[in-house]
Amino acid sequence: MKVTLHIWRQSKPSTKDDFAQDGKMVRYELDHVSNDMSFLEMLDVLNEQLIKKGEEPVTFDHDCREGICGTCGVVVNGEPHGPESGTTTCQLHMRSFKDGAEIWVEPWRAAAFPVIKDLMVDRTALDRIVQAGAFVSVNTGAPQDANALPVPKADADKAFDAAACIGCGACVAACKNASSMLFVGAKVSHFVHLPQGRVERETRARNLVAAMDKEGFGNCTNQYECEAACPKDIPVRVIADLNREYLRAKVREEPANTKRIGGDG
Amino acid sequence: MKLDAKIPAGPVQEKWSNRKFELKLVNPANKRKYKVLVVGSGLAGASAAASLAELGYQVECFCFQDSPRRAHSIAAQGGINAAKNYRNDGDSIYRLFYDTVKGGDFRAREANVYRLAELSVNIIDQAVAQGVPFARDYGGMLDNRSFGGAQVSRTFYARGQTGQQLLLGAYTALARQIGLGTVKMFSRTEMLDVVIVDGHAKGIVVRDLVTGEARSHAGDAVVLATGGYGNVFYLSTNAKGCNVTATWRAHKRGAGFANPCYTQIHPTCIPVSGDHQSKLTLMSESLRNDGRVWVSKKQGDKRRPGEIPEDERDYYLERKYPSYGNLAPRDISSRAAKQVCDDGRGIGDTGLGVYLDFRDAIARLGKDAIAARYGNLFHMYAKITAEDPYSQPMRIFPAVHYTMGGLWVDYDLMSTVPGLFVLGEANFSDHGANRLGASALMQGLADGYFVIPYTIGGYLAGQKAGSVKADHPEFQRVAGGVVEMTKRLLSIQGKRTVDDFHKALGKIMWQKCGMARNEQGLKEALREIPALREEFWRDVRVLGGELSTNQSLEKAGRLADFLEFGELLCRDALERRESCGGHFREEWQTADGEALRDDEKFCHAAVWEYKGDVKNAVRHQEALAFENVHLAVRSYK
Repeated sequence: MKVTLHIWRQSKPSTKDDFAQDGKMVRYELDHVSNDMSFLEMLDVLNEQLIKKGEEPVTFDHDCREGICGTCGVVVNGEPHGPESGTTTCQLHMRSFKDGAEIWVEPWRAAAFPVIKDLMVDRTALDRIVQAGAFVSVNTGAPQDANALPVPKADADKAFDAAACIGCGACVAACKNASSMLFVGAKVSHFVHLPQGRVERETRARNLVAAMDKEGFGNCTNQYECEAACPKDIPVRVIADLNREYLRAKVREEPANTKRIGGDG
Repeated sequence: MKLDAKIPAGPVQEKWSNRKFELKLVNPANKRKYKVLVVGSGLAGASAAASLAELGYQVECFCFQDSPRRAHSIAAQGGINAAKNYRNDGDSIYRLFYDTVKGGDFRAREANVYRLAELSVNIIDQAVAQGVPFARDYGGMLDNRSFGGAQVSRTFYARGQTGQQLLLGAYTALARQIGLGTVKMFSRTEMLDVVIVDGHAKGIVVRDLVTGEARSHAGDAVVLATGGYGNVFYLSTNAKGCNVTATWRAHKRGAGFANPCYTQIHPTCIPVSGDHQSKLTLMSESLRNDGRVWVSKKQGDKRRPGEIPEDERDYYLERKYPSYGNLAPRDISSRAAKQVCDDGRGIGDTGLGVYLDFRDAIARLGKDAIAARYGNLFHMYAKITAEDPYSQPMRIFPAVHYTMGGLWVDYDLMSTVPGLFVLGEANFSDHGANRLGASALMQGLADGYFVIPYTIGGYLAGQKAGSVKADHPEFQRVAGGVVEMTKRLLSIQGKRTVDDFHKALGKIMWQKCGMARNEQGLKEALREIPALREEFWRDVRVLGGELSTNQSLEKAGRLADFLEFGELLCRDALERRESCGGHFREEWQTADGEALRDDEKFCHAAVWEYKGDVKNAVRHQEALAFENVHLAVRSYK
């Protein structure tokens, strides 16, 4: 089949003052596209042709090409990761498009994700959120036996559902507020459903929200676009978990220099 | 090249304890004076970087991905082995040790394998403490399943995303240290050379993949955890970025490369669909717990699978290996698939495929139970092939997956270059000629969490902290070489693209050094690879600039190394005149097509020393002694 592509080309990295730089949509025609090709393999074919013509290939992030590393991700016809639900860009196949289709391809767009080149963006803001507290503070050593603490299957399953997040950033790209609350909610929800994660639940909720605000991500206004775009079907209930945990942490926050009296309630 | 494996004295059960006691310690106040450079952030790299920082060392960690969380360990599906014996089914550290030595076809070092089995139990404890959400049963205890080459259930798993969850565990431990300021993380940064001063590894030269700048980093020791070299075949289950560059360039600086010909072809991958194919996707070995592998008994049978009656199907693994059945080890299962395809009984348009059928398991357990176990894998299969594996069997075929060979290391995981340590898939140490399923995650984490934190201290205790700085002239010399290579690649401006050359190399490797190898094919490959390499350096076209983001340039540098390394792999395959594990020489097989080892001549690790080019590389041997698991013909019948 044949497709017409309109791809965002930007040669210089975004700066605070000039996000788009020389960026513009460029039109390409591509023939002999097979149904069995993945979307990224289609871009590979385009790039091979561009190189042969002496034009610089399109820069895009990708690595595992099996939907798990979270490296890839472009906005296809206005939807992060394209039209198929529960699917990363690398797992999107050309059979999802009709012969003669016109396809618009853009990078994730969010103030916290500056463009590096073409379709490649800088998502280190998500790493910095994790560094603020999305972990259990346990050193390598000799923890107790893995089976010493039973975890109800339902809790373990809920933790897993949240932990399945691949950190691709599609939730941010889908949100009109560029909010990262599905991502942050997934971290909070993962740990709060496990006994190991509950020890630090309050500091975690406070620190992650502070980090996400500092990075310039917006707030959630309940549009659920993030859930629709998420390639791993992370449910918006993780945002409810985040809100509940944050509220709990705030309510229980002790003013400085106050001595705690009595038990933990 | 001197090969001293430094295997500790004493019975195999006591070697690690003995070694830990022998190793010198660095006092807590002095640890912060030493800097360790960790290259790679997969299971081995992330766990090492985090653990070393927790001990108090200064750590710098590097990865070419945009985040350390994306290293390809993340794609491991099925599980991680540990000798916990939670199932009460007769497992023990000794049995895991035994299975791994036998599974590796008696080509691994016993002492290392025993330590790996011993540490396996700590890994599960550590991961659970980090909040890794392993599968659990209704009583809240950890669940297990079976994997190939074992008759006990010792594999812990997190649905079909075990690698992801374990890597996120290690990544969050690393993230915690980054947040605390004890690890400096450099993502989108690729190591391009090792700097050796007075015979010791004292730093690395990297390229910043965003700005294109070449930079020097000095340290007191260098740890490579950069994964395997499966992408020398172009098509493999590896991520697109996986490469041999770090280990190959270390090899060219003096690190011995061991057993490059030991490559693992995984039996259950989605077959190739066309020339555009950029990578192959694995379907986890865990599927063979419930899926049955079969082809038609008739040659050229074009009927749809549902139309082939039960008595006309050949469940060839169950037939040939009744005691292990569909859970025969990977090398054996792959070869069996190749044999039925060579026999004209392969399925699909190309005849290069076999069925993996869940019909019986779905009838026995119900569709929901199968979906709970393998839902994400079935989903992935359906996405790629547009076929529904619940209603028709999966089509699968072997594909390059893992590489057992790697840089030679001693018992302390140090290479032949003092101060240069190698962990995880990048080293050669524990899997012999064939790795058992669910053992890669185990090895990566054992190396990073529980081996290197002890052994690196033993080395550093004898070194003066911070003795070499990045302004040492050797750094300038090495960085100059890196920049020169970049400029050279950009200056050729030939006609063929990097991918075009990579596909050509992959074709040579797969056809002449793939699932079955013979002298004639290998000799042809040894003529064709240097010719292709010469053409590459004459006719490759790399566009874009040096000092900017340039993905073509990154790929070109990696391919330049594969074009040299592929030749060494074929030389090693030619020189190993026996069949063992993943290395199958057609000249050495039994009457029924099983691998035939030659223990008299080849019970050793082959370690290559670089001498200016691959043609002149010298082959050394580390003899392997089997004092506990006695050399025997490996049988799964």
